[in-house]
Amino acid sequence: MTDEKKETVQKTVTKISEINLQFKNEVKKIPGGERMMLCFQCGTCTADCPIARFSDTYRPRQILRMAQLGLKDKVLSSDQLWLCAACYTCVDHCPQDVEISSVIRALKNMAVREGYMPSVFKELAGAIVETGLAYKIPELRLKRRLESGLPPLPKVDVESVARLFNRTNFAKLLEKGGDK
Amino acid sequence: MPNLKYAMFLGCSIPYRVASYEISSRKILQKLDIELVEMPDYNCCGLPLDPADHDVMLTLAARNLCLAEKEGLNIITLCPGCAGTLRKVNKLLKEDKHERERVNGFLKEAGLEYKGTIEVKHLMQALAEDVGLEKIKETVKKPLTNLSVAEHNGCHVVRPQKYIGFDDPEDPAILKSLIEVTGAKCLDYMDETECCGAPIVGVNDRISLALTRDKLSHMKDVKAQAVITVCPFCHMMFDTNQTRIERTFNETYGMPVLHYPQLLGLAMGFTPEELALKELRVDASKVVALI
Repeated sequence: MTDEKKETVQKTVTKISEINLQFKNEVKKIPGGERMMLCFQCGTCTADCPIARFSDTYRPRQILRMAQLGLKDKVLSSDQLWLCAACYTCVDHCPQDVEISSVIRALKNMAVREGYMPSVFKELAGAIVETGLAYKIPELRLKRRLESGLPPLPKVDVESVARLFNRTNFAKLLEKGGDK
Repeated sequence: MPNLKYAMFLGCSIPYRVASYEISSRKILQKLDIELVEMPDYNCCGLPLDPADHDVMLTLAARNLCLAEKEGLNIITLCPGCAGTLRKVNKLLKEDKHERERVNGFLKEAGLEYKGTIEVKHLMQALAEDVGLEKIKETVKKPLTNLSVAEHNGCHVVRPQKYIGFDDPEDPAILKSLIEVTGAKCLDYMDETECCGAPIVGVNDRISLALTRDKLSHMKDVKAQAVITVCPFCHMMFDTNQTRIERTFNETYGMPVLHYPQLLGLAMGFTPEELALKELRVDASKVVALI
């Protein structure tokens, strides 16, 4: 043997008690999550992922594998989920047509229901409830629009938007969201 | 041929912080005899909330589609995020009866019903497919032949291919041909089709800046004199955040970043003032000097 450094293999033990056997079926029921179990771990998604290139930890293939195994708590509480930029490169490249970023989005939706919601989404949602748009546009900007010859920004019927937030149960989700 | 007429869907980020894109777009669209009807009562396209809840995204997008259906007009939008979302949801609701019924159940609450009677196009797609390169060429008065630029498409204009069905995401050619109509040269560069990182600003700024920086350095390698974008978020990454990138990585780029309509506008003979070039964070006078 040469004096090459011996590679350290880090063994992660997954306890059977961490596994939720129904998790894969829950994911399959969410639009976009249907084909998760068809992932055969080729790694194309990670290889082609622009975020993975610059992150030491974000690996879409790993997220898929953990979800397939049923590591529900580990996946849903992971910060990694929120690093997907939804550039859809993996969707176009997946040989199994798994729609990786849609599976990850389905996992994010489940995470939110479990109370994990990054504050940035609470802010966006709050602005949409209040104004119909994702940002509260300051009066000064609205005035500047007119000064630069742009038409006035149409007003949103926020009550109608609020009714839709209630109807889709998103309003309730917002109330309890982000408490973890 | 009768004049083209669209419902203008502005979205959120353009009125919030990218007036120069809207100002220049309206200038070129007017020059091309395109009539815009301001879309009344529109709301956010829904995309920002897709990670939080898929149904709320579908419903917000569908509400916008219903509003345009009432006007009987196809939607034009300047933002790839809005275009991608509205196109995807429009296709889904047209093709999937079950989803249409489910979403219409939500919309009933706001007194609306999705019928599937309109189309949605991003500015670039409307220019390429509805106006056509020939007609655009006729409006070019000052060909920008001294200019070599790099394009940056914006992911949601082309991906995922099976839902968007516009251009080839692996070898995008349409923005290039729209650029070349102005007389400018459009350069190939490494990792041209890659994301700018904008969607994860606020989640992990370090990675998003590293992505844009990587693209900027590849553009600089091929001696691009400017970057041309068609997305308010990509523009923010390349233009607004460029000094932050220079500071973070201790490098100098000084790369002007123009919205495509500003480039076309210059070739049409509009002045830099009319196209709001002053509002760009990175000084674009180097580009103007080459005209």
